[in-house]
Amino acid sequence: MFDFTLPSLGADMDEGKLIEWKVKPGDMVRKGQVVAIVDTSKAAVDVEIWQDGVVHELLIEPGERIPVGTVLATLLEPGEGAASKGVRAGAKEARHAAVAGAAVGERRPPSAAAVPAETARLRISPAARKRAEALGVAIVQLTGSGPGGAVTLADVEAAAQAGVRKAVEAAPAVRPEVDKNTEMRRAIAAAMSRSKREIPHYYLYETIPMARAQRWLAQANEGRPITERLLMAVLQLKAVAAALAQYPEMNGFFRDGRFESVQAAHIGVAISLRQGGLIAPALHDVGSKPLDQLMHELADLVKRTRAGSLRSSEMSDPTITVTNLGDQGVEAVMGVIYPPQVALVGFGRIMERPWVEDGTLVALPAVVASLAADHRVSDGHRGALFLAELRERLQRPEEL
Amino acid sequence: MRISYREAMRQALHDALTSDPRVFLMGEDVGRYGGTYAVSKGFYDEFGPERIRDTPLSELGFVGAGIGAALGGMRPIVEVMTVNFSLLALDQIVNSAALLRHMSGGQVSVPLVIRMATGAGRQLAAQHSHSLENWYAHIPGIRVLAPATIADARGMLAPALADPDPVVIFEHAQLYNMEDELPDDSNEEPNEDWRCDIERAAIRRPGSQVSVITYGGSLPKALEAAAELARDGIDVEVVDLRVLRPLDTETIAESVSRTHRALIVDEGWRSGSLAGEVMARIVEHCFYDLDAPPVRVCSEEVPIPYAKHMEEAALPQPAKIVAAVREMLNV
Repeated sequence: MFDFTLPSLGADMDEGKLIEWKVKPGDMVRKGQVVAIVDTSKAAVDVEIWQDGVVHELLIEPGERIPVGTVLATLLEPGEGAASKGVRAGAKEARHAAVAGAAVGERRPPSAAAVPAETARLRISPAARKRAEALGVAIVQLTGSGPGGAVTLADVEAAAQAGVRKAVEAAPAVRPEVDKNTEMRRAIAAAMSRSKREIPHYYLYETIPMARAQRWLAQANEGRPITERLLMAVLQLKAVAAALAQYPEMNGFFRDGRFESVQAAHIGVAISLRQGGLIAPALHDVGSKPLDQLMHELADLVKRTRAGSLRSSEMSDPTITVTNLGDQGVEAVMGVIYPPQVALVGFGRIMERPWVEDGTLVALPAVVASLAADHRVSDGHRGALFLAELRERLQRPEEL
Repeated sequence: MRISYREAMRQALHDALTSDPRVFLMGEDVGRYGGTYAVSKGFYDEFGPERIRDTPLSELGFVGAGIGAALGGMRPIVEVMTVNFSLLALDQIVNSAALLRHMSGGQVSVPLVIRMATGAGRQLAAQHSHSLENWYAHIPGIRVLAPATIADARGMLAPALADPDPVVIFEHAQLYNMEDELPDDSNEEPNEDWRCDIERAAIRRPGSQVSVITYGGSLPKALEAAAELARDGIDVEVVDLRVLRPLDTETIAESVSRTHRALIVDEGWRSGSLAGEVMARIVEHCFYDLDAPPVRVCSEEVPIPYAKHMEEAALPQPAKIVAAVREMLNV
């Protein structure tokens, strides 16, 4: 028997609302299968499970708002008989064991310990919080008896004794529904404030000639129907992935005081939403996919992002973010890193510039590529080499 | 043996004068008058004017003379009548006594004991009612003691004299008439050597729900409050700091980690108080064990009034401590 918990789908997520179960008790599930749809502050996300099994019990009803780490369901291991059911009798009572971060089985990179929005901060004593964690009591369900309604040690211990289920019933989700845009703004504010508070950014930029890339792209797109055409953005993403392979300190997560490098480049593509706000879901393993496939996946990702139907792995996996504001006409962008990532690459507009090549002044299309990187993990020297590598890759588009 | 705080202090001084010829007492009215608080009554006749020296009203001068005597190998006990007048001697205490070891590169030390009465509560008005223990507790180079029990009044002087560096002893004026049993098994050689440690805080009343941390004249008030709360089933621990510098963080943290709540009672004004320092250490060391924000009961931030009812209202009182504990526990 194992638990299926609500994963954190981004540095800015600390709770979600279950919209729909895609499975029912008795269903066989496979690793990677979408089992539920959860509404985060940003989008309705298809949540995947990361271990094979058979659904045993669904513990949360659609419509409930639950904190990250809440046990959503229990599952039987493949081949595990119903005989072991007794072991977990009362699982429903203990369902709110709030173990933040981890989804089932294979540990997904939980984009960060959630940063609770300051306005929603619960009044609970540090001792009570510690005890609640030890006893597996869900603190958001508790009613405080301390001064100012603060949750105290005694409240936690009483709740643990009574079984938290009672507390669950006593506290129906009366939380007012917040406007989606307001919520997203708050989520972005929390993540970006944390980034600027914690990450010592350094910034580099480099003007990259794009004549060869444009020429190559024009040739590649010749004769293709419009829907099949490659965009420069895909070329840029692939070039970033290629450069990352040589500079792994730009790709991964900084967590608990140390850097975890990730081999595959799951590039978070910053996608602005029509109603405002943005999401940067992952385009998985960019380095190993051909351009055509990437183009197809990027188009699909943009469409689904704007339609609000992303998968949980796309929310939590990005190892670096690429933002392209060229369409908006800016020359360059100096980005804010999305924690716990350690770097962000920005592209501005491709424009004709005066350029000196071999002593001759020419007009040349060029783009300013920028790197915002985490100085705890890498230094300017390596950052500069990374940008130089990116420049060189874009001079050899045929190899991408 | 049941004795008063005044008598305990007198006995301690008598022991010191008898046992070490280098010890002498100096201060305003300590000789012919017998001490402003009658602590040295009879000493002038017994030990003579050489060792019980009356001084002019010149704190800067006679504290400086005490420092000089200490540098010269004596073991002076300088009585500054009250902390209020010690402000006139601050330069000698802070710039000379506390720093000479450092400034001389360790060549000289100042084995000086300075005693002074402190505190309000006797209708002596604003200029004679200060509680400035924290000013001294702020200074590296001196040890600051606040005996608040009969045993400490009897026992702290000897180790203070043995300390090679300056020690300031604060005697709260409201404690002199307090009486209690002097335990005669409080050390290894009873009735002979009353030394006690001048390092550690002491738990005066064990309890489980909240640590009331205090010192000096506020200790009896805290104990009274604890007794009243106990009648309602509220179990209060009372910690007596005893040594205000260096603070015994370990005992404080141990107590608060157990009770999960801390209330600090300090007759000093709240802003920049010793209570603030204690609270800071609690937060530094016990943050994850706290079940409520630490709370302070201090003097109101006004000049201490002369009128009795107003003076009482301005100072920490048992009723205020009781109310603060109830508020912390929400009962």
